[in-house]
Amino acid sequence: MSSVAEPKVPPSNRVGLTVKEYGGIKSTLCVGCGHDVITRQITQALYEMSVRPYKVAKFSGIGCSSKTTAYFADRGHGFNAVHGRMPAIATGAMMVNPDLLAIGVSGDGDTASIGAGQFVHLLRRNVPMVYVVENNGVYGLTKGQFSATADAGSRLKTGAVNDLPAMDLCALAIELGCGYVARSFSGDMKQLVALLKGAMAHRGTALLDVISPCVTFNNHDSSTKSYKWAKDHEIPIHEIGFIPYYEEIAVEYDPGTTQDVALHDGSHIRLRKLREDYDATDKAKALSLCLEAHEKTEFLTGLIYVEPAKKDFLELSGVSGQPIVSVPDARLRPPKKALDEIMEALK
Amino acid sequence: MSTAVLEEKRSEPAGRPPVLNDFSIHVATANGSGSMSSNSILMRAIFQMGIPVSGKNLFPSNIQGLPTWFTIRASKDGFIARRRDIGVLICMNPETAHEDVRTVAPGAAVIYEESLKLDTLRHDVVFYPVPFQKLVLELVSDGKLRRLAINMIYVGVAAWLLGVDMAEVEAAVSKQFKSKAAAVDINMKAIRGGLEWAEKNLTKRDPFRLERMNGTAGKIIIEGNAATAIGCMMAGVQLLAWYPITPSSSLAESLIDYASKHRLDPVTGKPTLAVVQAEDELAALGMVLGGGWAGARSMTTTSGPGISLMSEFTGLGYYAEVPAVIVDVQRVGPSTGLPTRTMQGDITSTYYLSHGDAKHILLIPGSVEECYAMAIDAFDLAERFQTPVFLMTDLDLGMNNWMADPFPYPDKPLDRGKVLRTKEELEAHVAKFREFARYRDVDGDGIPWRTLPGFIDSPAATYFTRGSGHNERAQYTERPEDYKNNMDRLARKFETARKYVPGPVVSKTAGARVGIIAYGSSDFAVEEARVILGRKGLQSGYLRLRALPFTPDAAAFVAAHERVYVVDQNRDGQMYDLLRLELGADATKLRSIRHYDGFPLDAETVIEGIEAGEKN
Repeated sequence: MSSVAEPKVPPSNRVGLTVKEYGGIKSTLCVGCGHDVITRQITQALYEMSVRPYKVAKFSGIGCSSKTTAYFADRGHGFNAVHGRMPAIATGAMMVNPDLLAIGVSGDGDTASIGAGQFVHLLRRNVPMVYVVENNGVYGLTKGQFSATADAGSRLKTGAVNDLPAMDLCALAIELGCGYVARSFSGDMKQLVALLKGAMAHRGTALLDVISPCVTFNNHDSSTKSYKWAKDHEIPIHEIGFIPYYEEIAVEYDPGTTQDVALHDGSHIRLRKLREDYDATDKAKALSLCLEAHEKTEFLTGLIYVEPAKKDFLELSGVSGQPIVSVPDARLRPPKKALDEIMEALK
Repeated sequence: MSTAVLEEKRSEPAGRPPVLNDFSIHVATANGSGSMSSNSILMRAIFQMGIPVSGKNLFPSNIQGLPTWFTIRASKDGFIARRRDIGVLICMNPETAHEDVRTVAPGAAVIYEESLKLDTLRHDVVFYPVPFQKLVLELVSDGKLRRLAINMIYVGVAAWLLGVDMAEVEAAVSKQFKSKAAAVDINMKAIRGGLEWAEKNLTKRDPFRLERMNGTAGKIIIEGNAATAIGCMMAGVQLLAWYPITPSSSLAESLIDYASKHRLDPVTGKPTLAVVQAEDELAALGMVLGGGWAGARSMTTTSGPGISLMSEFTGLGYYAEVPAVIVDVQRVGPSTGLPTRTMQGDITSTYYLSHGDAKHILLIPGSVEECYAMAIDAFDLAERFQTPVFLMTDLDLGMNNWMADPFPYPDKPLDRGKVLRTKEELEAHVAKFREFARYRDVDGDGIPWRTLPGFIDSPAATYFTRGSGHNERAQYTERPEDYKNNMDRLARKFETARKYVPGPVVSKTAGARVGIIAYGSSDFAVEEARVILGRKGLQSGYLRLRALPFTPDAAAFVAAHERVYVVDQNRDGQMYDLLRLELGADATKLRSIRHYDGFPLDAETVIEGIEAGEKN
């Protein structure tokens, strides 16, 4: 008789949860979709950050990417909004309850076309949330039309050529004052999970523009958003390490080769430079990096720009420090004296 | 000048009986010339004399230069609708002076800038030329202030001509300038200058007189937008997201202003209202839905074009069942239409706003008191029914000055609806109903229970919010029976709402064969019309609708009358249409009176409509 193996206890995090407990319903996307890989990294990052899942608020618009908020953290609430309008829903919710960890997932169509207006104003306001763009250059759910992030000259499977320039969401975000701007690739899981953890610790809007190939409509040889193209062309600008606030920083670092960025919550991001002397806190350099990458058709990934001290929208609006949603009813209605005073002044 | 001479000069010409406390004063100026302060002072002084009064600002879509008019109606009977005939005209705008003179009633008094030489235009009115330009040079040394102060001079001239008590004028000036001594002094000097000049140089030849009475004791004067704002504040609104649009902007600004004083948390001192000026109306309603979903009382305020833009999000709010309050201060649309003129323009479009089988709760206040009270109701209903609720005011109600009783302090606590806020509440719910299912009708009224993000640390509490493609457990589905089940429950919820919305105000007149149905700001003109028709021997019953969906009262009212006139301030008879759909066989009893020229409704229009109908 063979011995029965001890049931293996899955590891749990600081709040006693396993990674499985950060999962959601089964994905209905195509097999091999880049988005599913990103979903797994978001799940992993939430687990590693020991987030209490009931504090997670997931937001999305419409499109393949926007379906994915159902695929992680189903112990948190989710809101699947209308096309391109997720920023407004998230803004309203976060203004009244900043204790939530807001994670928005959008696509390139949802963000760069129909939602461009709301995206721009979300960034400008610095609403506290993680905003992931699953960028594949095409509209997947309507069967493969070009989006506004498709590179000029790239081709559809049908042979149609895109004549218009691509919108660079990272450059746009930097220009609009976003304090955490990253580009990554769904195939670079280690980098992505570190960037996500940094984004969750950041105060304000954190934008992650993640190239996430569409296996059905935009994974062919003439695409610049295919797995092969991204793998062949990805150049990380640094290696990223995330040190949560509760861990002591043990390892010394050489400021010549490594940049250390302290985030608002006490966490640190360690950037080991791979590109000569890149400073991720230099806004002008970050912008020129985006522009140069375009000119050279380079696919640069990493934390392109970070400004941890920026005030978020609640601080700017004077409503930080107390979630308005938690104020008891009795303190929401002014007393009779106040109404009497107002009426007296109108007599 | 001795009092005796003054009295003699003011005495009415032989043969014309005095018109006492019952006429309109029409002031024509150029936009941006600061006449608003002068007009407010004149109106308030009359109000303080105890004379019922209303003030209407007819203004262009412009900041400076285009013509604007302000009409003050004094009415001893308390009628405060627009009055068609003008008794006293003050002509300060050369551009419109000729046209203005042509439009006044025969026998009117016309005060005008002497150099305009208007006195040859008509022979059936009384002209009072006044050298405003010369006077302002004498009275005001600061050149920059003259443009504004010139309007104060006509206050003084009118005060002399009509018999406005100067002590009340001074009190009104003091109120207007919040007792800033320098401003009070300069303006009072200009007003006294006008009065003294008129005393010395004019002889009264018109019949219009104001005399102190006791018709305004304890009353307030307020614009509907400020009234709505106070209601929203007292309702405990926690998030205001808005985009500027005439005529609703002053509502948001008034709320922000009041809240900055009265909505600081008594315990922490922090604001309990968050405000976002959104990038457009789409975003404004999106933020409101986000706030409502998160558990906060959330609102936006807009007008017709904004309502159009909110269409998609309204549908999401309806299907996902998220509370939201949307104030629609209706106007003529579109933005290059007559954006500064009034209309009941959005009744049908808002009732059915959005895609699919959407329909909504509309509250329709008919006075500033109701703007206040229904703003509070709107938040209670939005949370009770977990749906967007529209408060339908209009430009006339919202931006004009209305006399009203002071608003009462709310007598009910906030109704936050069916929310499971704590773990204990959730556990009790699960014990009773087996599980928490977001969209299950466990109470039989069509209204499900909800939880809020971030409140209960339990996997049993969470759900995923999306449009109509969900089952009772908020799971995505395209199964026909799930979709139908959900739609039927939403319809059931709407039926429940009929019992909760404010019912109509019905005024029955024994033996009246004619009925009138009206709503919103039409009330003032309709009430006045009924009195005048009654004096002529035509008695009428009256039902004033205050909400959609209809309650059974409307059908009963129509059944009790031979003919019912439905008064709409729009071309297509929007409420008339909705009533016809509702009534079935009795729909043939309905007649439609439609007023749609951009002006507020007046009693004459209603009287003419009914008299014409009754002749046939």
